[in-house]
Amino acid sequence: MTDSIKNIKQYTRKDFVSDQEVKWCAGCGDFSVLSAVQNALPEMGVNKEDFVFVSGIGCSSRFPYYVDTYGVHGLHGRAAAIASGVKVANPKLSVWMMTGDGDSMAIGGNHFIHILRRNIDVNIVLFNNRIYGLTKGQYSPTTPLGHVTKTSPYGTIEHPFKPGELAMGAEGTFFARAVDTNPKMMKEIFIEAEKHKGTSLVEVLQNCVIFNNKTHQEITAKDVRDDHQVYLKDGEKMIFGKEKNKGLVLDGLKIKAITIGEDGYTMDDVLVHDMHDSDPTMAYLLARMSLPELPVAMGVIRAYKTVVYDVALEEQIAHVKANSKIKNMSDLVNSGNTFDL
Amino acid sequence: MVAINHKIIELDKVVVKFAGDSGDGMQLTGTQFSDTSAFIGNDLATFPDFPSEIRAPQGTVAGVSGFQVHVGHANIYTSGDLADVLVAMNPAALKYNLKHCKPSAIIIVDVDSFNAKAFKKAGYEADPLKDKALGGFKIIKAPITEMVRITLKETGLDSKTIDKSRNQFVAGMLYFMFNRDIKTGIDFLQEKFAKKPALVDSNVKVLKAGFNYAETIEELATTYVIKPNLNKKGKYRNIIGNQATAWGLMAAAERADLPLFLGSYPITPATGILEELAKHKELGIKTFQAEDEIAGVISSIGAAYAGSFAATSTSGPGLSLKSEALGLAMITELPLVIVNVMRGGPSTGLPTKTEQTDLLQALYGRNGEAPIPVIAASSPADCFNWAFEASRIAIERMTPVILLTDSYLANGSELWHIPDVNKLPKIKADIVEANDDSYLPYNRDEKTFARRWAAPGVPGNEHRVGGLEKSDGKGSVSHDPINHEKMVYNRAEKVRRIADMYPKQETMGKEKGKLLVIGWGGSKGAIYTAFSELEEKGADIAFTNFNYIFPLPKETEEILGKYDTILVCELNSGQFADYLRTQFPQFSYQQYNKVQAQPFMVSELKAKFNEMLEA
Repeated sequence: MTDSIKNIKQYTRKDFVSDQEVKWCAGCGDFSVLSAVQNALPEMGVNKEDFVFVSGIGCSSRFPYYVDTYGVHGLHGRAAAIASGVKVANPKLSVWMMTGDGDSMAIGGNHFIHILRRNIDVNIVLFNNRIYGLTKGQYSPTTPLGHVTKTSPYGTIEHPFKPGELAMGAEGTFFARAVDTNPKMMKEIFIEAEKHKGTSLVEVLQNCVIFNNKTHQEITAKDVRDDHQVYLKDGEKMIFGKEKNKGLVLDGLKIKAITIGEDGYTMDDVLVHDMHDSDPTMAYLLARMSLPELPVAMGVIRAYKTVVYDVALEEQIAHVKANSKIKNMSDLVNSGNTFDL
Repeated sequence: MVAINHKIIELDKVVVKFAGDSGDGMQLTGTQFSDTSAFIGNDLATFPDFPSEIRAPQGTVAGVSGFQVHVGHANIYTSGDLADVLVAMNPAALKYNLKHCKPSAIIIVDVDSFNAKAFKKAGYEADPLKDKALGGFKIIKAPITEMVRITLKETGLDSKTIDKSRNQFVAGMLYFMFNRDIKTGIDFLQEKFAKKPALVDSNVKVLKAGFNYAETIEELATTYVIKPNLNKKGKYRNIIGNQATAWGLMAAAERADLPLFLGSYPITPATGILEELAKHKELGIKTFQAEDEIAGVISSIGAAYAGSFAATSTSGPGLSLKSEALGLAMITELPLVIVNVMRGGPSTGLPTKTEQTDLLQALYGRNGEAPIPVIAASSPADCFNWAFEASRIAIERMTPVILLTDSYLANGSELWHIPDVNKLPKIKADIVEANDDSYLPYNRDEKTFARRWAAPGVPGNEHRVGGLEKSDGKGSVSHDPINHEKMVYNRAEKVRRIADMYPKQETMGKEKGKLLVIGWGGSKGAIYTAFSELEEKGADIAFTNFNYIFPLPKETEEILGKYDTILVCELNSGQFADYLRTQFPQFSYQQYNKVQAQPFMVSELKAKFNEMLEA
């Protein structure tokens, strides 16, 4: 452990800036995510050559070209499968999957749920702008019901996914949420995602300035953000609001937002966040919270420690190796039933 | 006591077909018989013939499970056309297999299973054994069920277990018929049921009872001997195609000093490769059972980028699903072996049957200009060599390679001369060392045009690959039209130069002359057998079999030009013939095609060759 810490080189943000021209639209939320990632990477205790950024197709999937690490820009929806292959082949790598709501919720939905189920130690950053940007403005699986887009001129008639709910349903062990307008929050959460062993899903509420501008305005706007977001921290009370006087309490099987000191509620009634809880029920309730009744949860909502695919695989290999007489191919081809003619 | 008029006849080769219900143990008896044959030095090939349903209704024709064994003093190249001996455990097995028997075949039936109810289930109106249509066959009506029950009466075993050992009665009869030492059969059972000693005892009793029964009945006054095959010397094992393919990949990984990764999704008849590789964690093999065909191949691309030797296995419909990913593997120029075990198509088609109908899909089934080398294996054991060769090309030339096998090879077996793995060629991956300042992702080797392989985890060579077109050398995203054209031709040139790695394309028979027979991949055994039988008699015939499909061997054009007539034989409607027409339009090609999802029979090929020779 001490050895590996000693060998970690010191980096700055600059080390992770590639020589490629960034080609997102001016004002795109992706810029701040890129910047937050580049700020977070030097603080992860990982050598630069051990980072691999993989992606599918979409605006956010251009991400790997802009980070000066190893990277694969893959096919639409398939980033999770690439990431799985990279990580399983070499578990020492820190693998980052950059994806959008079209890439991972629609065409890549199957791969998305299965990487979470397997709990392969990959960090997923899901840029959720609730629209197809690169193809210029069609509705996505996270577009709100009734929303008018180029392919829903009379409003969508499809119910959107909530990525957090999908993650819980897929046995995901880590789910966090951040907003593209808060670089400090993003950086903290990316570092938490790296720390978690297993698949870490970070949903970033990201703004598409051209095709779905201000889609998260109700959550991110300066005048409302303190009241409309609750930044959850492990072991701390779930409080929010400009005056830090609002809190979340459990009312039967539902979460309720209250004002501390009103209606008989005191600080003691406010829930304490336990992100390591093995039971995902509370995490599910927190991930589901939506306006206008409840603030939207930010931060690490769930970080449950359990069997990690790539770790278990290495253990299995080591165990079988230690107990087998077959040490190479020559042993194998000459084992069992052979005939001397 | 052997009958007084006991006569022993020497045979060059014999085909035995075991057939019964799925639960009758025909696969086991077939394996036992073939292992015994190998033990005494016979050459052999086998082919199982199972229904596509896991447990089709008992006693019906759809539920018949079979196992064909072809053993010989002579070299054996196929599992045999028609059976010399048929074992039919019930009327359905008889009905299904009669058309696969020689007119003079010996047919052993369990006469106890021939009752009114069973006839009806099999679709017979009356007792087929009384039918004149069976006139030419030599039918041995053995009361197998009854004899087995008597033999095991005192053992206290339940009736289901007792009836399950009927297959050993048949085995015993065959040991007598073919003058085999019953001890090898007993050894086989001891190994098979090592963990269930009670079953060893009962099965050995039945085996012996069958042997003794055969010795006493008049119908078996004549027995047979197949002498050892003296052409084969050394250490052999009986191997099925899928296992040989898996081992070929493993041997290649070892000779390349690379870890092996297989991303795959179960599909008939390719699943055996995934199952085989999943067993070998002792050699560090990683198998990833993906959520679908797409993730199977894509995870392999990820593993290849990360520095593993990666492969994926599939069959026809699965290859269709992987098409887009093959384009990505091609444009990222990463080593990858795609094993496609062909089955009857199109669509779900005939999943348990064999065909060579994915050739054009393998050659052309991608968007854009996406050349991918294609290789085909020719026999079950030969799958080892071609899997190794596909791997060598993939790793040394930085390209995906499609390896075509088929259901007939995948499930069939033959004797494999165990190679000295340490003498197989070393495979040299061109891996970039740390901090190589000269490294550019799309710089190419002058001779091979292959790019170099820089895996993550190594400092100083950070770079990005992907599906977007890249600039020559540096590998930045590029939409420049001239660069795109250059890259298209560079990738094509890289593949074209793979033909420099090949040994010379061999032609058997006449060096020039009247008829050149062409085959490719898995039908080699049947075509070769038909060809050699005619050639021995002096026919003006030659045969060349293609394993390197794309690019074709350099000698191809020269070979094609030496014969008056070219006949392309394949298990499809003419895909390889059409391919040759596009490559060498100056020649004219005759075709012999079979699209019945069944392998060629030697007899039908011989008839066709004779017809062509006489024309």
